[in-house]
Amino acid sequence: MEASLLVRGGVAEERAPAVLRLDGITKRFGPLVANNAISFTLRRGEVIALLGENGAGKTTLMNILFGHYVADEGTVEAFGKPLPPGDPRAALDAGIGMVHQHFTLAENMTVLENIALGTQSPWKLRLDRAAARRRIEKLSADFGLTVHPDATVATLSVGERQRVEILKALYRDARILILDEPTAVLTPAETDALFRTLKLLVAQGLSIIFISHKLNEVMAVSDRVLVLRAGTLAGERATATTNRTELAALMVGQEVASPPVSAPKTGPVVFELKNVSTARQGTTTRLDGLSLALRAGEITGLAGVSGNGQSALASLISGTMQPASGEIVIGGSVAGNWSPRAALANGIGRIPEDRHAVGSIGDMSVTENVISERYATPRFSRHGFLDWKAARNFAEEIIRDYDVKCPSPEARIRLLSGGNMQKLILGRALDSEPAVILANQPTRGLDVGAVAFVHRRLLEARDRGAAILLISEDLEEILALSDRILVMSKGQLSSPSKRGERSIRELGELMAGHGEVTNAA
Amino acid sequence: MEQALEILFTASFWVAAIRIASPLIFATMGELICERAGVLNLGIEGIMTVGAFAGWFTVYSGGDLWTGVAVAALAGAMFGLLHATLTVPLGLSQHVVGIGVTLLATSLTYFTYRLALPQVTTPPKIEPFQPLPIPGLSKIPVLGEALFSQTPLTYLAFVTVAVVAWMLYRTPIGLAVRAAGENPSAVEAQGISVTGIRMGAVMVGSALMAVGGAFLTMSAFNSFFFEMINGRGWICIALVVFGSWRPGKALLGAILFAAFDAYQIRLQQISGGVVPYQVFLMMPYALSILALILVARRATYPKALMIPYQKGER
Amino acid sequence: MRLEPKPAPSLAVTLLYPVGAIIATFVISSLLVLAAGASPLSVFYLVAKGAAGSQFALLETLTRATPLIFTGLAVAVAFRAKLWNIGAEAQLYIGGVVTVVLGTGALPLPSYLLIPIIMIAAMAAGALLLLGPAILKTRFGVDEVVTTLLLNFIVLLFVSMLLEGVLKDPTGLGWPQSSKVIADAQLPRIIQGKRLHYGFVIAVVAAIVAWVVMKKTVLGYEMRAVGNNKEAANFAGIPVNGVLIKTAILSGGIAALAGFSEVSGLKGNLTLDLSPGYGYSGIVVAMLAMLNPLGVIASAIFVAGIFVGADAMSRTAGVPSYIAQVMVATALLTMVTAILLTRYRVRWK
Repeated sequence: MEASLLVRGGVAEERAPAVLRLDGITKRFGPLVANNAISFTLRRGEVIALLGENGAGKTTLMNILFGHYVADEGTVEAFGKPLPPGDPRAALDAGIGMVHQHFTLAENMTVLENIALGTQSPWKLRLDRAAARRRIEKLSADFGLTVHPDATVATLSVGERQRVEILKALYRDARILILDEPTAVLTPAETDALFRTLKLLVAQGLSIIFISHKLNEVMAVSDRVLVLRAGTLAGERATATTNRTELAALMVGQEVASPPVSAPKTGPVVFELKNVSTARQGTTTRLDGLSLALRAGEITGLAGVSGNGQSALASLISGTMQPASGEIVIGGSVAGNWSPRAALANGIGRIPEDRHAVGSIGDMSVTENVISERYATPRFSRHGFLDWKAARNFAEEIIRDYDVKCPSPEARIRLLSGGNMQKLILGRALDSEPAVILANQPTRGLDVGAVAFVHRRLLEARDRGAAILLISEDLEEILALSDRILVMSKGQLSSPSKRGERSIRELGELMAGHGEVTNAA
Repeated sequence: MEQALEILFTASFWVAAIRIASPLIFATMGELICERAGVLNLGIEGIMTVGAFAGWFTVYSGGDLWTGVAVAALAGAMFGLLHATLTVPLGLSQHVVGIGVTLLATSLTYFTYRLALPQVTTPPKIEPFQPLPIPGLSKIPVLGEALFSQTPLTYLAFVTVAVVAWMLYRTPIGLAVRAAGENPSAVEAQGISVTGIRMGAVMVGSALMAVGGAFLTMSAFNSFFFEMINGRGWICIALVVFGSWRPGKALLGAILFAAFDAYQIRLQQISGGVVPYQVFLMMPYALSILALILVARRATYPKALMIPYQKGER
Repeated sequence: MRLEPKPAPSLAVTLLYPVGAIIATFVISSLLVLAAGASPLSVFYLVAKGAAGSQFALLETLTRATPLIFTGLAVAVAFRAKLWNIGAEAQLYIGGVVTVVLGTGALPLPSYLLIPIIMIAAMAAGALLLLGPAILKTRFGVDEVVTTLLLNFIVLLFVSMLLEGVLKDPTGLGWPQSSKVIADAQLPRIIQGKRLHYGFVIAVVAAIVAWVVMKKTVLGYEMRAVGNNKEAANFAGIPVNGVLIKTAILSGGIAALAGFSEVSGLKGNLTLDLSPGYGYSGIVVAMLAMLNPLGVIASAIFVAGIFVGADAMSRTAGVPSYIAQVMVATALLTMVTAILLTRYRVRWK
């Protein structure tokens, strides 16, 4: 199995011609240096892995390469010619194809239309579908990228959509393929298929940049590894001569000790979903007869590939979605009318997945944001009037206690960095010492320091007796924090396992939907 | 009662319905293109006013009719450019800008009219487009008469629907327009400028709206009155929703709507004043609201409609 | 080209951009004045003189500002919650209808009772009128812009029907107009013999109340939160639909007061030309005030001044008075651009 994952074919020797050269790329966003003087060379038939934590600057670098952003300094050269900055068209014409982390597909159009988009002269009075279809069918067959050209994208699975993205690049004769976190949304089996395709591509002389923060994948597919840390190139290694430990150390800098986890003092069940189903909403996976119990003083980690019902479960617990059938039991009594307000009133602290769109109101101040879940309580309002003094004091308290860096409580929250915004949301959710905490992807996109901060606070909350549900795509985060692990797949939960009980491999099987599945956990 | 039904089988009724539908068809196609690219164009009412004036005034000043149509289209495109500049690269609220463009276009038209014709009390008339019966076809009873004894501008309206449909579904540029309204990042990832596509769509769409306005002064009537658009632009916005953003369905909607309108005018004549005439005049507007309610539940909006796009954003 | 958020600007900068927008408006309208063969400076001087050059002019401007304050407020509170009420025109007329229905003798009450009753009834009617589109929006997802716009036409026809029917003044020589309201239903004049009436005072009070509601109350907070980020507001437990309904009631009610004030304070009866588009101008007034209720007072006076001044100017300078509408529409567009520039920096690469 492992052997089939190996893509590197030894084509890329030092003699192989350089196809892409980055020289001194620097990009700043305000005070933040996203990329700091990054230089490297990609050779023909080579797979480079770009490894780094979330927020290390990988995606920014690739966006510069592809012309979405313009670098403040530095140059890019493709096939010996300088690449004009800020022009995706030039990148495409130079033979660079990019598979974005979030797919760039129009869902109302067919596979063929998505692929043909922008490939024929805009002044042509007729789209040549027959030619496009022939070419797509040939590419599909050559590289094992099966997908029906006339299927509407909305009906495709995530794996199929990724194939369409790769076909888009190949259709345009891409010689350099950039894949941004391509496995984040794939099951292990789909990942294997992707790796086989990559192997075929390299054999044809394509060069690949593979962006990831997963060490095992990087070791499996690449010839060379570039490690990015905080916007700087922290190291470059030939895959054959390095190992996971070394790469991990490069990635994180000095080892950030994962917080010491004491044994949980598990209490009674404080939150329970009993045989809950949700109505279908768009394309999100619905829950069907799901049961789940959370105990006081315990972190329950929910692993799984995204899109398997996690968002429905999170919406349900947050109160933004109502159960179509089944019961929500909190502290022993069945909850009645379910809404965000009811969730809050029942002592559920919520950290949403998307802090910009859901967790904060961008153009309102820090003060206005911290009171948003509790403005109607006597602490902050009387007779319909808000007590701005109390609100401001509360904001200052959160800013102090949660180490939020912001100009003042009056500053618009939009202006805060991701980490500081998340600390504020954490403070808002945890300050009232809720009995139940839902943490949905609480550290996505944060720097290492902020991640450690969030982890510490969640563990503290556990130790004071909170029941915590941690939903994360990051298996290492789940393994580090959870006292009990559940795996979600196709809207169903696996049986629970204690800390250290199941191996990563076993969890992976469950994530792929293999193995036993139970509705009760 | 019998009388009320008989109307439906007269050729003159259907001729009128198609005539009433024509300006709506142009403007609805214009709005549809804008919205398919992701931009709600509430400038429509004002842009139709501009078109009505520009076309008429060109002819009044000695230009020929087709030059008038071209001038109207060009004037519409210019206001489209204004709308698009503010809403696409600057990403301003499409609601506020649209209303602003309508107010500006309308008031500029009235200003220009007063400037050009300072002392006029009754608006001067022009020689409008004349019906051009298509030999043979226009002899088919009812249907043929209705469809093929119209003015050239009406024929152009029907041709426009076919061209818009072909453009959206059969050409490379149509792909880009539809993708820009659904997921602009798909357009940018393929090396096409979202800004360019959206601005182009709004300009072309606005040109069609203006031709719709020009139809009123150059084909349906023969002179320009204040407030002659009378909410037709807003009705077209409802028609786009009613037509599920598809040219064919929108065409049917426009004809259906015009038939109702033509019908109420005739009912009004035979009702003998029992029902106040205002009730009949309200019907088109009420009907539009009703149409919106009927389709709202299952309307599938272009997903990026009204959402500004910035380069590199996903 | 891309937009990058700027840190919170200083008060001076916040005020600088709107001033820039007004200047840009004057520059653009100068082109029209030149096209009309007049000199911009002298035309703008005449506009200013016509708007504020005498006691009469000033009082006329304030009189004209009164309905604009109401409609401007109605739009400002609604737009804050991103409820796009473009129907202030219809709500104004409904307010006028209620005023003549109750004020022409149907309720023989002393004025200190009659006027408040009429006001409350007018507000209720205006609120009800906007409630329809608001419910269609929250329940069915029907865009309220189109429904409120279409309702403007329906209501105007409805008023026309009433004025030729049940509300027709029997002594009106056949004109479509209502009877005059009785003396007890009239708002007194502020200065004897001048047109400025107590509707202006009510408008100013309404603006202050609206400001307090937006800044200090739970409802105002909820409205701003919903307008700013609906999804986040819902997540935080703010009842989004309920807030939109309350906003509709508030906005429609305020707009209806414009109709009440015009009939009861100025015109005395209801006609089909009660409003020369005050509902639409209210959108401009609100945007010029950056949706701040207190700012609405100033921007309404400014807009009214342009209208009043342009009327006076066109009588002497021969530039069509429609220049006022053009200036107001231009001001709306330059203003929204200016607001954008206070918050974002345009980068050209």
